[in-house]
Amino acid sequence: MTLLEAVEVRKFYGTFCALDGVTLTIGRGQFVSIVGPNGAGKTTLVNVLTGLLAPTSGAVRFKGRDVAGLDPVRLARLGLARSFQLVHVFPGLTVAETLAVAVLARRRRGARLFASLAAERATWDEAAGVAELFGLADQLGRPARTLPQGDKKLLDVASAFALHPEVILLDEPTSGVSTADKHAVMAVLVEAARRLGIASIIQVEHDMDIVFGYSDRIVALHQGRVLADATPAELQANDEVMATIVGRAARRA
Amino acid sequence: MIRRGLALAAAALLALAPLLAPPYQVTLLLPAFAYGIALLGLNLLFGTAGLLSFGHALFVALGAYTAAGLTTRYGVLSFEAIVAAAAGLAAVVAVPVGLLCVRYVKIYFGMLTLAFGMLFYSFLYKFYALTGGDEGLRVLRPLLLGRPFAELDKVGFLTGPFYYYALALLALATLAMRRIVRSPFGLSLRAIRENADKAAFVGVSVRRYRFYAFVIAAVFGAVGGTLLAVPTGLADPLLAYWTHSGNLVFMLLLGGFEHFLGPLVGALAFIFLQDLVMSLTAYWRFVFGALLAIVVVFFPRGLLGLVAPERPA
Repeated sequence: MTLLEAVEVRKFYGTFCALDGVTLTIGRGQFVSIVGPNGAGKTTLVNVLTGLLAPTSGAVRFKGRDVAGLDPVRLARLGLARSFQLVHVFPGLTVAETLAVAVLARRRRGARLFASLAAERATWDEAAGVAELFGLADQLGRPARTLPQGDKKLLDVASAFALHPEVILLDEPTSGVSTADKHAVMAVLVEAARRLGIASIIQVEHDMDIVFGYSDRIVALHQGRVLADATPAELQANDEVMATIVGRAARRA
Repeated sequence: MIRRGLALAAAALLALAPLLAPPYQVTLLLPAFAYGIALLGLNLLFGTAGLLSFGHALFVALGAYTAAGLTTRYGVLSFEAIVAAAAGLAAVVAVPVGLLCVRYVKIYFGMLTLAFGMLFYSFLYKFYALTGGDEGLRVLRPLLLGRPFAELDKVGFLTGPFYYYALALLALATLAMRRIVRSPFGLSLRAIRENADKAAFVGVSVRRYRFYAFVIAAVFGAVGGTLLAVPTGLADPLLAYWTHSGNLVFMLLLGGFEHFLGPLVGALAFIFLQDLVMSLTAYWRFVFGALLAIVVVFFPRGLLGLVAPERPA
């Protein structure tokens, strides 16, 4: 079943064409990686898929509904969440508070004016549960600004997971994470997605070890076009595409 | 715990002030209470939601003029009715103004609120028939809980029943605002202040919440305005002038906007400092300008920042 699809999406920045007719469908239960050299249009594609950028032409549909240019709050309610390449946290909020903001928004309780926040038991429990999945359980009371960079990144991703989306888009979830820790972070993400019932993960990733290790499907972009859309095994067999997306490294491999 | 004890001691001291302090000092507390309420609203916008308004005096003036209009024009003397009318009127005015202003942030938000404040000032100044123009409108002595207290002279009324009425209103406003700041809504506003883009991506309706905060701030501003008008007995256009909005921001900085009680401390400190400096020199504005510079440079966290330097959770 198709959850998210892009049909003939074009995006121009002035006269520069960042996406040139991208068609893509993402089904339930898939882990899809978007790869490609710098400037291939990966981040633009994620931004178009999550409503941050309206496509110049073409359609973006989530669960059959046109979501092109839709604001992030409505997307979150529909079940589409994302994290950013650069870490986005609330510096002055604690880990628990950060996750509670997302939980409250999802449960539509964020506008409650005279309710006591301290009495929001279910919210705090759920926030603590998400923190636990991401290994942040012992940092609940710590302000986000004091976390180490890796934990900030995890918190950023965790707050998107706390929305219980059906589809989550992760823009370089392991950027800034040391090579040694990347697999641990990915294992956490995959396990958290399974536990929270997230149907599909879409990630932009540079690290080919991670891409080939975790993806069901790999979409290779090049100069704003889909160069390949295949399983890791199929892709590895295609020398031409491998040369474009990973350069010399592939030929050595 | 220590902080709570200090706050309670301060509250007790305020309750006993009319018995302990000379009447003049007690009447000085009245504008401080009025500003305290108005600043609780301003600080929901700035301290909690991160939006700095340079037009908050609009709503203070609106409250004062509501008190003036109702007492002199319509013979409504019940102060409860005046407060309710001012709150309602402020909400009605804040809806269109807020809808426009919260589309912008930072300096653009500040300038737009400033512009609306000045528009209201011009309105008060020019619509003579309605507002009394530059002369303003008198505010008659209101009834408190239906009682006129006719046996008391002006000072007796202000330092007696009205003092306690104002203190009770301040306490109510403080408790209500504390509830708001510590609600799910308050947390959502803090998230918006910390990172609005991120807040939107975790499902917080940024503009809608800012708008709610704006309307609530306006209501607190107007309620403060009604209290401000009674001791002076006058509502005049200068209440809406931008320098008055500037004073409100100064009070907030002086008290410490990062702290919940910063607005109350700021209002008290400002009023008493102003009184002291004005009694010493005619150049009190010069002294206050220098003081503002000193606060911003050396004590950006205000007076409460000296006691509790870290931004509390």
